[in-house]
Amino acid sequence: MVNVIANYSTVPPLLQVQELSKYFVLAVPWLSRIFNRQFPPILRAVDGVSFGIQRGQTFALVGESGCGKSTVARVIVGLYPPTAGEIFFQGKSLEDPSAKSSPESPPRMQMIFQDPYASLDPRWRVRDIIAEPIRAFHLAKNRTELRERVSELLLQVGLSPSDGEKYPHEFSGGQRQRISIARALSSHPDFLVCDEPTSALDVSVQAQILNLMKELQRRLGLTYLFISHNLAVVNHISDHVGVMYLGRLCEVAPKQILFNQPQHPYTRLLLDTIPDLSISGRRRQPVTGEVPNPIHPPSGCAFHPRCPSAYDRCQIEKPAPKFAKDNIVACHAVEEGLLQ
Amino acid sequence: MLEVDRLQIEFPTRRGILVAVDDVSFSIEEGEVLGVVGESGAGKSVTGAAVIGLLEPPGRIARGDIRFEGQQLNGLPQETMRRIRGAKIGAIFQDPLTSLNPIYSIGRQLIETLTTHTDLSPPQARARAIDLLNEVGIPAAERRVDSYPHEFSGGMRQRVVIALAICAHPRLIIADEPTTALDVSIQAQIIALLRRLCHEHHTAIMLITHDMGVIAEMSDRVAVMYAGRIAEIGPLRDVVKSPKHPYTVGLMDSIPMVGQEKDQLPHIRGAMPRLQEIPPGCPFHPRCPEVFDRCQVERPDLMDTGHPRQTASCWKFARIV
Repeated sequence: MVNVIANYSTVPPLLQVQELSKYFVLAVPWLSRIFNRQFPPILRAVDGVSFGIQRGQTFALVGESGCGKSTVARVIVGLYPPTAGEIFFQGKSLEDPSAKSSPESPPRMQMIFQDPYASLDPRWRVRDIIAEPIRAFHLAKNRTELRERVSELLLQVGLSPSDGEKYPHEFSGGQRQRISIARALSSHPDFLVCDEPTSALDVSVQAQILNLMKELQRRLGLTYLFISHNLAVVNHISDHVGVMYLGRLCEVAPKQILFNQPQHPYTRLLLDTIPDLSISGRRRQPVTGEVPNPIHPPSGCAFHPRCPSAYDRCQIEKPAPKFAKDNIVACHAVEEGLLQ
Repeated sequence: MLEVDRLQIEFPTRRGILVAVDDVSFSIEEGEVLGVVGESGAGKSVTGAAVIGLLEPPGRIARGDIRFEGQQLNGLPQETMRRIRGAKIGAIFQDPLTSLNPIYSIGRQLIETLTTHTDLSPPQARARAIDLLNEVGIPAAERRVDSYPHEFSGGMRQRVVIALAICAHPRLIIADEPTTALDVSIQAQIIALLRRLCHEHHTAIMLITHDMGVIAEMSDRVAVMYAGRIAEIGPLRDVVKSPKHPYTVGLMDSIPMVGQEKDQLPHIRGAMPRLQEIPPGCPFHPRCPEVFDRCQVERPDLMDTGHPRQTASCWKFARIV
């Protein structure tokens, strides 16, 4: 199998995910377990996913709900243990005990969540929310330094130092997301995992947050893993894009190539669903069928029941990711050159 | 066909009256799709709820009229309104699970609606229900008619809700965020379905959404709402391609688009004010790049922009005329 790590550069990637899998064992009511001999079903949320992210770049994972993109994010930051596979960060496996964060070595990774209403403690003042990681990892020598650092972080995300005295409910959704970003930045991370950071926001505010994230990336040299279902947002912010379907990556490519020359049939159909705001009169080609239940995914290539180019082999054999031009594609039809 | 005239909707609270919809006027022609777009809290859903008489108390219509086919709807008794709703005005909401009753089969819900609003006998209604399910694209409708809502996926449930909304051939459908809860690939299917149905039955739609993409795919005309007021209203192409109100201009610019990459997205500074903090004058003036003295004191009404059928509530057009 081809080693599917971003091979677009000779520099080793900052983050490297190799054959990552995460299975969940689902609960079965105990009566069914006893009388029906029902075994708990296994949900393969992430199944053998590999990619790499270069320092200072943004890698986006896109897909419909239930495709496993958020699970990948959560496994990377350590909220779930992986079932199989390994994650390397700065060349070191995250399994390695020396990679664990401790007061002596603050985490190099932070996460920004989708819902800025749920991810901030309503009873804490904003300055305490932002100062918590600084305190936990002893990043400030004394109170004055702590206060200065919090003010600096607030200014960095476009808020004013006096906002630190307020509580989260006094802020709008966009401002709350700025507070989440300030908190994430407080331990000087290199790498931010952003799980749908703008999906809960209105469009005019979404633009502000996307601009802020780009500016911070330039200024602080941050690396992002950006999870989103919105292809237009992904196109705006990312350098590389991975498209997921039912727990597997179907295509990985540099942004320009993915949006201009998509190879995988699913990527093509997904790009076709982007609403046409220029009103060119182009008819969308709706993808037929529904996202299958991930507990009982279709055999072979999981996309085959909805795929316009599917043939016999797709029903039997799982396609492995292979290079096709500049993209990495997991599709039999692309591999055999059946698609134009 | 539908005429809303100077509608004002209030929510009395302990700390005073909140005006959610302020002086909103628009009309919908027969067979027309009017898109109502705005950010959360702009008053678009409340306007929709008022039209079908489902405004949740303590919300109330303080002023203004809603007329449907010449009949005034506001102030009608509940029972009369209930007959109009379903028979003449259908509704589709964001979450199909909450619009369907979980303990009745979808067939029973369709048959009940059909026998209430049409003269069909129960067996005829059942046959019609199966036809309807076929029409909205549910496979094996004869079999699935006896299934319960939980046995369907989100996209299929929304199809059932659409079947319920169209079953009595309404003249108007209020669709409040009909595709927001769905995945993008399913979203495109539902939009295609709604567009086909309203074309075939010549049904008008009031399409309420925050998603400019859905509006662009479906509407004939667009009303852009901001802080309880209509900022701009006009034909789809004009509003999207050459917006007139500074808010619409900022809104359109801030949407990332594939094929038009920019390093920085132009954005509107600040956020929409909360209902209790709507500034005097034009509600958009603190965020407006083109603000001048008059905007801070006087509230603009919709006025001519120099383009046919495209009006905007912005004082800069008062200078033109």
